[in-house]
Amino acid sequence: MKYVILMQVDPAVLESLTEEQQHTIQSGHGDFMDATKASGEFVATNALADPSRSKVIRSKGGVPEVTDGPFVEAKEFMGGYYLIDVENEERAIELAKLIPDSTIDGLALEIRQVMFFDGGDM
Amino acid sequence: MSIPQQREGLWRDLAPQVLARLLRTYGPDQFDACEDAVQEALLAAHQQWEENPPQDPLGWLITTSRWRYVDWVRSDRSRRDRETKVDRLTEPLLGQGTSSGDDSLLVLQLCCHPELPRAAQIALTLRAVCGLTTAQISHVYQLPEATVAQRITRAKRRLDELGRVFPATTDPSALTPTVLNVIYVMFTEAHHTMSGSPARDADLADEALHLGRQLRSGAPGDTEVAGLLALMLFTEARQPARITAAGDLMALDEQDRSVWDRTLIAEGLRILDRSVAGATPGPYLIQACIAGLHAQAPDVDRTDWREILALYRLLELTTNGLNPTIRLNRIVAEAMVHGPARALELLDQLREEHPGLPRLHAVRADLLRRSGDRVAAAGEYREAARAADNLAEQRLLLRRLRELGA
Repeated sequence: MKYVILMQVDPAVLESLTEEQQHTIQSGHGDFMDATKASGEFVATNALADPSRSKVIRSKGGVPEVTDGPFVEAKEFMGGYYLIDVENEERAIELAKLIPDSTIDGLALEIRQVMFFDGGDM
Repeated sequence: MSIPQQREGLWRDLAPQVLARLLRTYGPDQFDACEDAVQEALLAAHQQWEENPPQDPLGWLITTSRWRYVDWVRSDRSRRDRETKVDRLTEPLLGQGTSSGDDSLLVLQLCCHPELPRAAQIALTLRAVCGLTTAQISHVYQLPEATVAQRITRAKRRLDELGRVFPATTDPSALTPTVLNVIYVMFTEAHHTMSGSPARDADLADEALHLGRQLRSGAPGDTEVAGLLALMLFTEARQPARITAAGDLMALDEQDRSVWDRTLIAEGLRILDRSVAGATPGPYLIQACIAGLHAQAPDVDRTDWREILALYRLLELTTNGLNPTIRLNRIVAEAMVHGPARALELLDQLREEHPGLPRLHAVRADLLRRSGDRVAAAGEYREAARAADNLAEQRLLLRRLRELGA
């Protein structure tokens, strides 16, 4: 089953990290990717640009209207995600705990099951 | 790789037999290297057979694979046990030249080794027994090719560690429940897919049916093998009515039964006829009997629900009442025989014991609708739609909600 692990990020928390913590996070993500690739559970990952650079397209009277800025003003936003293919939810949780964000107060991971997936020519 | 269809069929039948011969000669702990050797031989066949078709394709593939394996052992100087392997190289190949269906079953049993994770069992079976390429498997499962390749590699290495002893293929009871379960999971994944289009996933059901037929010819007396094959045939027969042209999922009670595949149903019924008498009923045979009753019924109202209920009770006994999904299905049959009120009581008990059981809300919604409680039914359909892990199922539930008009 495919699951997405959403990385919920708080910029204020990221800015207050020590250099050592930042390094731990960086290498931790590398280790996580290596481990899930070796176990045959890795599908894809993406890190997203800051939401201040987002464009939001929403309907106004049935016509798409484009505005600047994030969809919702919030302290936390989705910074990126991992897409994994695992046996069950327990395994997805087990893997998410290996992501360094899970041990930094103020950061969080959200696991959601994939309902439909089309990887193009995959 | 584009391969003429007829030849691809031939290769795919031969590949597991070739692998089995190599494993018999060099030992099941050589699965990884032997399987690579067979893949390389198939590639060579692809390049050479067009111009130079061999008289004896099986013999050609065995000889070629064997040389690939020998090359590999000779070049693999780092391996500690090189000497033993070189000793084995001088041993003759057993039974060369004749083909045997049993050999495919031997490889199937190795691929479904209970120590392997389910995803690895399936990937390895698709490659080593069904002869799919890693690219084809990654396409079916919508996974990166590297991910599938890694699963197969890990599984083969694990088999090398585990595979010091061959399973006893001559004994039909050696067809472990794991093998049947792997095939059934492969089959249900094709029908309960969360990825890709139906056309893309049809292949997986075909592979599972092919394996079921292979198993059946290798173990014609095994009633669980018969049950699994019949169950898959009945389920596959309903497929044309299950998804509409617009991609909508249709529940059993709303399917156009005139488009059910009568040939597959007849094949399933023939298998049941030959297997049921005197058999100790196992879970697959009982489920096949239930599916067979649905397959023969002209519509939901003219379905033998009493018999189906009796079979579900038997199925619960056989599985020691431990499977809540079977109990849920039995409750559906209870509703058809004894009415929705009684079934709702039973369902509430089940919900207390297994609150997160999949389809629980959907079944409760259907029962409430049938008992005339539209408001409560609407609430349950909303819950069920939120709980669905499959887009097509979710659309079906939302359609039922709209139809209620509540």
